[in-house]
Amino acid sequence: MSSQTQPAGVVKIDPAKHETLRTRSLWEKALYRIRRDRLTLVSITILVILALSSVFAPIITTYILQVDHTKPNLRNNYMPPGAAPGHILGTDEAGRDHLARLLYGGQVSLAIGFAAAFLSLAIGVSLGAIMGYFGGIIDDIMIWFITTLNSIPQLFLLLMINALLSPGPLSLILVLSFLGWTGTARLVRGETISLKEREYAVAARAIGASPWRIMFAHIVPNIFSLLIITLAGAIGGLILTESALSFLGFGIKPPTPSWGNMLSGGLDLLRRAPYLVIAPGLLITITVLCLYIIGDGLRDAFDPRIEDHVKMEEEEAL
Amino acid sequence: MNKYIIRRLVQAIPTFFGITLLSYLIIVAAPGDPVSIMTFDPGIRPEVRERLALQMGVSDPWTVQYLRWLLGDDWMRWDSTGDGIADHAIIIPLDVNGDGEPEPPGNRLGILRGDFGRSFAFKEDALKLIVERLPATIELNIATLVVSLSIGITLGILAAVWRGGAFDNSTRVMAVVGDSVPLFWLGFIALMIFSAPLLNVLPMGGRCAPVRGGCPPIYERMEYLILPTVVVSLGGIAGWSRFMRASMLENITADYIRTAKAKGLSNRTVWFRHGMRNALIPAATFLGPVFFSLLGGSAITETVFTWPGVGRFLVQSLTRQDYPVIMASVVIASILTILGYLVSDILYAMFDPRVRF
Repeated sequence: MSSQTQPAGVVKIDPAKHETLRTRSLWEKALYRIRRDRLTLVSITILVILALSSVFAPIITTYILQVDHTKPNLRNNYMPPGAAPGHILGTDEAGRDHLARLLYGGQVSLAIGFAAAFLSLAIGVSLGAIMGYFGGIIDDIMIWFITTLNSIPQLFLLLMINALLSPGPLSLILVLSFLGWTGTARLVRGETISLKEREYAVAARAIGASPWRIMFAHIVPNIFSLLIITLAGAIGGLILTESALSFLGFGIKPPTPSWGNMLSGGLDLLRRAPYLVIAPGLLITITVLCLYIIGDGLRDAFDPRIEDHVKMEEEEAL
Repeated sequence: MNKYIIRRLVQAIPTFFGITLLSYLIIVAAPGDPVSIMTFDPGIRPEVRERLALQMGVSDPWTVQYLRWLLGDDWMRWDSTGDGIADHAIIIPLDVNGDGEPEPPGNRLGILRGDFGRSFAFKEDALKLIVERLPATIELNIATLVVSLSIGITLGILAAVWRGGAFDNSTRVMAVVGDSVPLFWLGFIALMIFSAPLLNVLPMGGRCAPVRGGCPPIYERMEYLILPTVVVSLGGIAGWSRFMRASMLENITADYIRTAKAKGLSNRTVWFRHGMRNALIPAATFLGPVFFSLLGGSAITETVFTWPGVGRFLVQSLTRQDYPVIMASVVIASILTILGYLVSDILYAMFDPRVRF
């Protein structure tokens, strides 16, 4: 951008070096940009901390907090934060340690969000590539199916399936991903339709590569950056969906804690012990916020329209 | 134009059948026996159970059951002589239980003729129960749509005009936060602050004070609408402001804007007369998806604010396993969604002369 305003000859660029910079891959550029995007870095840090503390919840609760989050203790219930020794965030309606339950709840909520997002991405990519590559009647039928699926309000559909099947965490992941792939499939389909006519795809076809090889070795890697961006948003959306389902009583069933079903006590719980409701909601908000910010950051990082060659050049010189 | 509308309507037909088939398959796959759910009696005598099962037709193959639900069974087994005894049958046998006597003629009309069956819990027409609750849902959705459209579009346009400034940045932060907060949780917090325990300035939820004979006209109970509308609108405001900002910025680099500036028009005219008008066109396509997400979300917000609409009714019916009502609300919500998409497509075609039919 700035090179236009500067008089010719002021920017000193070694032509040989400039040439190597020009060929920097999209991924190197993206990494470069993310390393300089403070908001995204902060979000990634927070998310990693949350994820690690959930993953190590058993160790943290046993050795650091020294509480048992499963054992009810009715004499000790509704302790506000700090009132009882050892219960940093107080205790819930059954006298269980709130912080420990939040950590274990994070395990469930995060695992569902991540696993369902990856699974629906895999389904969406495979079906989208097949639709876009082969077209014809397969494409027509799949488009009809996607339109149908998208015409039923998704929460209604999820509620109906979950109410009738009353799934555990594992089957909830399956249900969420079998309903969540349509957006990705559409995206991949569109990209495949345009990419399959590119020279490299035609060349691969000319030397006898199979359709599957062209799809998954040539086309899909080219839209990887797009997929990573959608993934961040999808995880956030799925965590919100899980929390809503669990809150309504059609998601994760107690006593297994999830951030959503810890809120299912609702208004009565809020009157009795506001701190029990505030913490899970805040954790959901912070997690989803971080994921959305990371998604935005990735979108900017992978945007080929943003050019910062010269800046990278300067930094390399230092 | 008419041709386009007709084509879109015809395209909606296979979608509609897909929806009915999909929702029917989900119900069929559900564990649990409809007879015991309907009678609420685990110790039911086997003869009675068998008779009920025959009456409800649950022993037929699922394809026949689907056809019965969709089209009714008055044409499957009928009485041509007028003596009240069935004498003709196709698809299903004339005499199901094998006692030598023909069964009574079918009396179901099927959902295509508006017969969704009777609610197990209320013993009333399921469609009627849904239609009774539809105005409440539509009322809340329209209020939400009006609030989020007016505020969201204004914020988005102003953010684009003052791009990069403090207003733009704070709007964008607000939009991301608005997307990330679970709305039901926000609803609880809002209820706790503004109603009974703390400030006590707004009602605890519901559509109006509990009185006999329905709610008074809307202007007499605005205070009941405030909290749900504001809370649900937050998500909408976030979406619309981001959408309008992007749409404005996309338009502002267009040639006609440069021409307008070159003519010497004031900034205000360029932005609001030229930029905004064109930026609003894609907003029309966004209306369908928004209507759709509002309908789906109504299950959550209506539960939080005890709003007597279709969403809350669906949640209650799911707990009761009231199949006819569940099916009716899903099918009707889907029809409304299809209509929402249809209307937004047609609006788009009408507003944007570049769309060819």
